[in-house]
Amino acid sequence: MDSLSNVMAVAVGDELPPLTKDVSATTIVLGALATRDWRPMHHDHDFAVHHNGTRDIFMNTPNFAAWLERYVTDFTGPYGRLGRLKFQMRDSVFPGAPMTITGTVEDVSERDGCRWVDVRMAIEQEQRVCVTATARVAVPAVDNDNPWSRRDDAWRP
Amino acid sequence: MTTDELPSDVVALLDTPMYPEAGTFPVEQGYIWTSCASVENGNPLYWDPRLADEITGGPVAPPSMLSVWFRPHHWHPGATEPAVPLQLHFDLKARFGLPEAVITDYAMEFFEPVRIGDLLSTDQTLRSVSVEKTTKLGVGRFWVIEVSYRNQHGVLVGVDSLTGFGYRR
Repeated sequence: MDSLSNVMAVAVGDELPPLTKDVSATTIVLGALATRDWRPMHHDHDFAVHHNGTRDIFMNTPNFAAWLERYVTDFTGPYGRLGRLKFQMRDSVFPGAPMTITGTVEDVSERDGCRWVDVRMAIEQEQRVCVTATARVAVPAVDNDNPWSRRDDAWRP
Repeated sequence: MTTDELPSDVVALLDTPMYPEAGTFPVEQGYIWTSCASVENGNPLYWDPRLADEITGGPVAPPSMLSVWFRPHHWHPGATEPAVPLQLHFDLKARFGLPEAVITDYAMEFFEPVRIGDLLSTDQTLRSVSVEKTTKLGVGRFWVIEVSYRNQHGVLVGVDSLTGFGYRR
């Protein structure tokens, strides 16, 4: 099956392939700058240690959103259209160790002809759960359906 | 909590859109690639214009970049100090005398796609403020701020809801 067929056949309980990324200082700084976040705890080791009391610089909030979006759309492919993304930060992601994102399909539903897939995710590093998250993503319900074409009342995430 | 437990000037802020602001730069392709590169996002929507034409009617920005388009440049001509995004968050820190703050929860809803060249506008609405609480970080208050984003046609493109915790150690 191609990726579109795979995502159309998605079912509750399906696990998304884990994504592991070695996190370096560059990962953190690139993520902060890509989200226009210039606060020093995301690029200045001394500031993070002495002001924030953390062991190192750490990943910033909107960069978590970008990682989670990438994780979901790796799974859905380009027809997947995010409706909602929600996450809670419990701990920090630091340079020097890999982080792993995991996810499970929690619900599949249809409303107004739109198929919604709810995914529960976590970002972990060194056995610490750093982020817990949920996403609601629209995927094609039938051949030739395209969630991106929905407008106004046809798009109610 | 009930609003009776909050100072009246803070109650007056609840559910009132504040800080309406127009973006100072349009949504740009280069920043989309920078964002995708930062998380190794190979979604062809953002790299293949032909596919973007076919699926989204032209290039769009990754939905999760919403807030990126509203973080100010660190400097601009005439600026005397760095601009801060989410002014209401900093107002609340100052109002309650809480020198430190973190964002603990982030929720985003996405509506009309954001397209290259869009110029977004926002406002910020305080939805709730907690009583004083003690956490492992210190003593402080949680607050929820909603940020709505509209494009240059006035169409809603997304809503962010951020839970902040302002505290003192």
